[in-house]
Order: sequence, then C-alpha cells, then structure tokens
Amino acid sequence: MTLLELEGVTASYGPVQVLDGVSLSVPDNGAVGILGANGAGKTTTLRAISGTVKTGGRITFDGKDIRGLRPDQVAALGIAHVPEGRGTLGDLTVRENLRVGAYLRKDSKAIEQDIDYCLDLFPNLQERIRSNASALSGGEQQMLAVGRAIMSKPRLLLLDEASLGLAPSTAKNVYDAIRRLRVESGIAMVVVEQNANLAFTLVDSATVLEVGRNVLTGTSAELKGMDEIRRAYLGG
Amino acid sequence: MGTFVQLVVDGLSTGSIYAAIALAIVLVNQATGLINFAQGGMAVLAVYVAWVLTNEGVPLILAILASIVFSIVFGAVVERFLMRRFERGDPDTAVVVTIGLLTLITGVAGWLWSYNNQQFPSLFPLDTVQFLGVSVSIRSIGNTVVIIVVMGLLQALFVGTKLGLALRAVAINPESAAFSGLPVGRLLMVGWGLAAALGAVAGALVAPQLTLTPGMLDNALVYALAAVILGGLTSPVGVVVAAWIIGILENLAAVYVPFIGFDLKVAVPFILLFVVLVVRPQGLFGRKSVVRV
Repeated sequence: MTLLELEGVTASYGPVQVLDGVSLSVPDNGAVGILGANGAGKTTTLRAISGTVKTGGRITFDGKDIRGLRPDQVAALGIAHVPEGRGTLGDLTVRENLRVGAYLRKDSKAIEQDIDYCLDLFPNLQERIRSNASALSGGEQQMLAVGRAIMSKPRLLLLDEASLGLAPSTAKNVYDAIRRLRVESGIAMVVVEQNANLAFTLVDSATVLEVGRNVLTGTSAELKGMDEIRRAYLGG
Repeated sequence: MGTFVQLVVDGLSTGSIYAAIALAIVLVNQATGLINFAQGGMAVLAVYVAWVLTNEGVPLILAILASIVFSIVFGAVVERFLMRRFERGDPDTAVVVTIGLLTLITGVAGWLWSYNNQQFPSLFPLDTVQFLGVSVSIRSIGNTVVIIVVMGLLQALFVGTKLGLALRAVAINPESAAFSGLPVGRLLMVGWGLAAALGAVAGALVAPQLTLTPGMLDNALVYALAAVILGGLTSPVGVVVAAWIIGILENLAAVYVPFIGFDLKVAVPFILLFVVLVVRPQGLFGRKSVVRV
C-alpha cells in the first residue's frame, strides 16, 4: 500500500519556482531518500508535504488529499517533520521539548513510556534531560529533534539533513539510532540527505532531484555508486 | 518607623498595579515574543466597560467579571484580526502597531466617554486596619493579595500545564511548534485574551485611586515596562518582585532622599533600570538566552 504519493508537485517562493513537477511514492513502512545538490528542491519537497509552502499538483497521504492543509493539520494526520536546522525549542528543557512533541496525545501513561523510549534510543539525552535545548551540542539537538518528532507517534517521518553540521562519527550515531527506530517502529520515512552514502544506510529507494525535477529514481542497490548521483551533486 | 512601614505598604500596593500590567506584558511576550504597548490602553477600555455597567446598576463585582470576559474576547480579536497580519514580518513593525493601537484606543475612549475624570467604585472598603503600629488601608492589602494570587496562577499555568507549555513553545518557534500539531493561531489568541483579562483586573484595582480617564494607565505602563526589564522577561515571579521593588523604592526615595522628593521620584525606576541593564542585562530573575549553532 502506498502511504504518501506526490504527483507533479510544484512550489515557488514568490516569483522563483523551486519545484517543477516532483513525484514521489512512499509505501507503508518504507523509507525513501531525496538526493540532489543544493537548491535542487529537496527541502522544499518536504515543506510541500508538511504544508509550509504554497504548492500545486497532488499530494495524498493514506488516500486523502492533504495539499493546502495547515502544518498543524498535517501533523495531526500523523506526519512529523524534523526540519532543517532541527527546530528544537531552545528555552524549553529536553523533557519539555519531548512533551511538546506529544501535544496532540491524551494517553499520558504511554507518553511517559515513549519519553523513556526516546531516552533509550538517544542515551545522550538522558543526562541532559533537565537542560535547556539551547545548551545542547549540535548532535544532541538533532537527537532531540528526532525524539520530539517520534513523540507524536507519527506514521510518516520527514527527515531533513539530519547529518548537517555534525562530525562524521556523530552523524553515524544519529543514523544508527534512526535505523533502529525504523526497524522497531515501522515508521515510514522520507529522508533528505546531502551525504548519499549515509542516506543509503537507511533508505530502500531514492529519487534524485535537479532544479526541481526528478531525474532519476531507483532502489538503493541500483543507485549506489551511479555516475548520475555524483553528477547531480556536482551540478555537472 | 511608622512612616517607613506605611511607605512600604503603600509601595507594595502601587507596585502590585505595575505588577499586574507587567504580568500581562510578560504573558503576551511569552506567547508571541513581542511587547504590547497597548496593554494599558486595553485595560482602560475594560474598566470603561465595567464603569458603564455599574452606571446601569449592575453590581460592581459582576461588572468587573463582565469586563474580564469582554477583555478575553477583545484580546483574542485584536490578535486574530490585527496582530496576525504582522506576526510573520519584522517584530519591530508589530511593536509599532501596538503603539498605534494604544493611541487609537485612547482616542476612541476619549471620544465615547470624554477625557474627564470619572469616579470608579472600589472593590475593597476604604477602612484602615492597624498593622505594626500604623494604620494601613484595606485597599492596599487587597490589591497586593489579589496580585499575589494572580501571579501564582500564572506561574502554575506556564510551568505546570500543557496549555502553558504550548504557549511557550509557540513563542519560541511557531513554525516548529506547528510541526508537533500545535494550533499556533488559536494559541496566540488565547495568550492575548489571557493577557487582556489580566490587564482588566489591574485596571479595576487601580481605577478607584487614579479615577478613570483614557490615559489612566499610561504612567503605570512605563513603570510596568521597567519592572518587566528589571525582573526579566521570562519570569512572572521576577517581574512581580521587581514591580514591588520599584513601588517601594520610589516611595522611600521621595521621602528619605531630599534632592529626589516627589518631583523626581519618577526617575527612580529608570536609575535602577539603567544599573540593572549594565550589570545584569537578562534582568534580576530572567534567564540568559543562549544561541548555539
């Protein structure tokens, strides 16, 4: 079953058209990567899904048309967006950030269990549970951003550049934890990533964007090491 | 000694009024990240509503409750139909809009009810009680107690409730908060409504003393802003303590520091403010904001 489907999605910031007919299909429990150079439209594709940019075309989630919904309405349907730059709430503590993630839930007992699960997934956060998010390191903030997203018990996770600005070993830790999350929870994922090799450790298939269009789509096994991928990144 | 105690208790009472306006400012700031200069004007409008109702024979306490309900609705409407247009833009623009709103409200109130001073009945009896050998007005004690209760409720709201957490989250980063399903627009309306209600309480407490005019709270707003900066924008308890310090210090300085006297006592909070901004810019109780990339 297809969980998320994008067909001919367009988006622009003012006069600048950023997406020019992007298509994407994410099956239940699947993980799909979006690869491409800076400015190819990767982040905007995620923003189109979560309702933070005006879009054309068709976006369906679980069979429902979600194009034009507000971000909080999209979130309520079970789509959690971990934005570029992480979006952690700096003046709130780690625990408060996680509780904000669970805002729409009423099952307070299960919420506490899920906080424990997040802390098990990201043990670094355990020691910082009372710290303000702004006092965390970049890697810890990224972990907290993912933790907050999964606190909403989403069916689909939108992950934007989770490795950005992190030391390679930290980025690997973050991706290891997300892979474990995927295996244990079966949450479907759309993964935007500059580092294609890192993305291939997590996704089953991927699409490559160039100036707002799909230029190549395939399984991870097909795409790994292909020249087009390198070309897309170098813009040549 | 008798004079000293009396000055302190009176200072606490006027400080409590500054505190209530300051709390309203903190509440809007916590929810929207901006300073609402119209907070005093909105409070005056609420007092006029109560005043009109009492003139129609409505009992005072009911009239004040009605003005609080009016304020909640008015605050929410101002957010939804005026401030929302400016929230995504430059915060400085939004602040200027609140200054414009203050001017507008003052003008409309003056046009509807004239600029003459109107008598507003007091919630508390005008009697005095003996306290530490001096007579203290029940009104002073009443004002102070009401504000302590309100401060406690606010602190509990922000720290202990889901609504308070959501209001803080929206203030820090509305877009990111929406990703967790927080209905940002509705939460902002709640924040503005609660703040306006708080202003209505402050207005009703102070109106009997100052008498009701459209500009009744203009001075109090300046003191409240001083208290907000002194106490720190992030701390409801901090701003109340700061407002009390301001109220007491200006009273004491007027009497005990000869060259200040009653003419210069308005300068006292600003001298204090200046020192605090130089020595401890986050305020006495506020948290330093740390930005890390």
